[in-house]
Amino acid sequence: MADLLQYFFSGITQGSIYAVVAIGLSMLYRSTELINFAHGEFAMFGALGLVTLWGHLHLPLPLAFVLTVAGVACVGMVFERFALRPVKDPNPITLVIITVGASIVFRGVAMKVWGKDPVALPPFSNLESIEIAGAVIVPQSLYIVGAALVLAGTLHLFFRYTIQGKAMTACAVNKKAAWLTGIPYERMGLFAVLISAVSGAVAGIFIAPVTMNTYDMGTMLGLKGFCAAMIGGLGSLWGAFAGGILLGVLESLGAGLISSGAKDAIAFVLLLLILYLCPGGLFAQKSAERF
Amino acid sequence: MRGIDFMPGRRSIENVLFVVVVVLMGAVVENTYILQVMTFIGINTLLALGLNMLMGYAGQVSLGHGAFYGLGAYGTAVLSGTYGLSPWLALVCAVTLAVAVAWVVGRPTLKLSGYYLGMGTLGFGMIVHILFREAGTVTGGASGFVGIPMLGVGTFVFEGGRSYFYLVWAVVFGTILICRRIIASKTGRALAAIHGRENAAIALGVDAHSVKLTIFMFSAALGAVAGFLYAHFVLFISPDSFGFMASIKMVTMVVIGGMASVWGAVLGAAVITLLPEVLHGFADYEMIVFGAILMGVMIFMPQGLTRGLLDQYERYRKKRAE
Repeated sequence: MADLLQYFFSGITQGSIYAVVAIGLSMLYRSTELINFAHGEFAMFGALGLVTLWGHLHLPLPLAFVLTVAGVACVGMVFERFALRPVKDPNPITLVIITVGASIVFRGVAMKVWGKDPVALPPFSNLESIEIAGAVIVPQSLYIVGAALVLAGTLHLFFRYTIQGKAMTACAVNKKAAWLTGIPYERMGLFAVLISAVSGAVAGIFIAPVTMNTYDMGTMLGLKGFCAAMIGGLGSLWGAFAGGILLGVLESLGAGLISSGAKDAIAFVLLLLILYLCPGGLFAQKSAERF
Repeated sequence: MRGIDFMPGRRSIENVLFVVVVVLMGAVVENTYILQVMTFIGINTLLALGLNMLMGYAGQVSLGHGAFYGLGAYGTAVLSGTYGLSPWLALVCAVTLAVAVAWVVGRPTLKLSGYYLGMGTLGFGMIVHILFREAGTVTGGASGFVGIPMLGVGTFVFEGGRSYFYLVWAVVFGTILICRRIIASKTGRALAAIHGRENAAIALGVDAHSVKLTIFMFSAALGAVAGFLYAHFVLFISPDSFGFMASIKMVTMVVIGGMASVWGAVLGAAVITLLPEVLHGFADYEMIVFGAILMGVMIFMPQGLTRGLLDQYERYRKKRAE
């Protein structure tokens, strides 16, 4: 029983990370209909940025956090301006190869800057871990879950109550109609990449103390985040959140009860099941078009 | 392009030229390293040809074709290495396995399209990759499979170097002929119709799903043959050769060479195989340069190098004429 609870807690922690990654992917897709295969690399930059600024340069944590997020946001904007906007023929295959190309470049840069060896970071605080019914929760887990909730909540409010957010929603619904009403959709595209890069960076920063940080940590994180976004329904904010948590819990249970090797396969088996059975995601009101 | 297909004269000239170039290459080149690289180009050409049939002619993306490549390689490795079966028999088994898997996976997956099809195939590819890694008792796990026998006919053994080079390119030549046959056949025309507009094709009585499934199985078979040739050439395989990046590399070969073109597949395979060899000089910057080239080609020449370079040339000629 305590084991099961422990799996559950660690699943929620891991799931929150997937949720944040999935939210970034999903929000970008919503506004631009782009699947960004370099998204995991934003998380990698976030984690490694924190390693340098907080771990090596010993800046105060909040400052290191802000600087890292700002840095990754800049990377995202450069990526949008020079790799996505000039694309002449925006069909899925071309965009997939461009973003995969970008992810290779990002990994190459990270390998050059941070080297090939994994680096570990201490947790954000030295507080005692909490024990509930024999299962242990480390404070870092609470920070991760908290960060995911704050991020999703902020985005929710942003899309609902700000003019920018509403404009982005309009672009998502119909780009041409949005353009006719005077919304600069190119700037909205840049904005969407920005949001996605920031959330990627946040995921990386919060996961940094509980994982080994290397230049190639982003690939799997990005793909799993993608699975989570699909589970919740591509383009849906809380769907991505729920999909992430669900994936994390199932993975943790699978790793504990079946085998740790099977863990990685769970996300992709779920992905296939979702695609075959309800491609609009688990929480879709009506069946989505499989365009 | 359609016109070329109906001009048999030009096609047989192309074929003769191809054979002459391959035979000459094999005869002239003494350097084993270069022969080896050219053999790899041949193996990759097979992969690109198979995927090109699916992507270029049928217009269906697959981001998981590395799985079929891996099934071919691991199939023959396990059957001939562990169980001592004749590699040729193992080839038949491996190809049958890949085709059967393609049938099972393709039936639900090919109903999807666009990004969703890409994601479905990606998921499938990842699952197979994880299987190779985790089924350690059969596949040797993450550290790889050692002890794959060499290919041979009677007493003759295809050792690395010249004989293997000829073997691979003979298979490539045969495959090019088969691919062209398919493109010119009823199935090929059905494929072109599906690529143009799937609903219109269905309205005209094309059984779109079964045509797509057939071509998916065909490209899976080619992938398995390529995996077979790869396994018996390098004699050591590990899961990483058949993972996500392998699948992406295959897609890149097709797209960079230019889709829906047989020679484009050869060109794309050559570029993607040679690039890392050339980039060795860049050492640590290899990844960055490789990724940048990938992005650059796709941003500025989305039709692929063949089309893109031709366009550039025509623009240049127009400028000179003015």
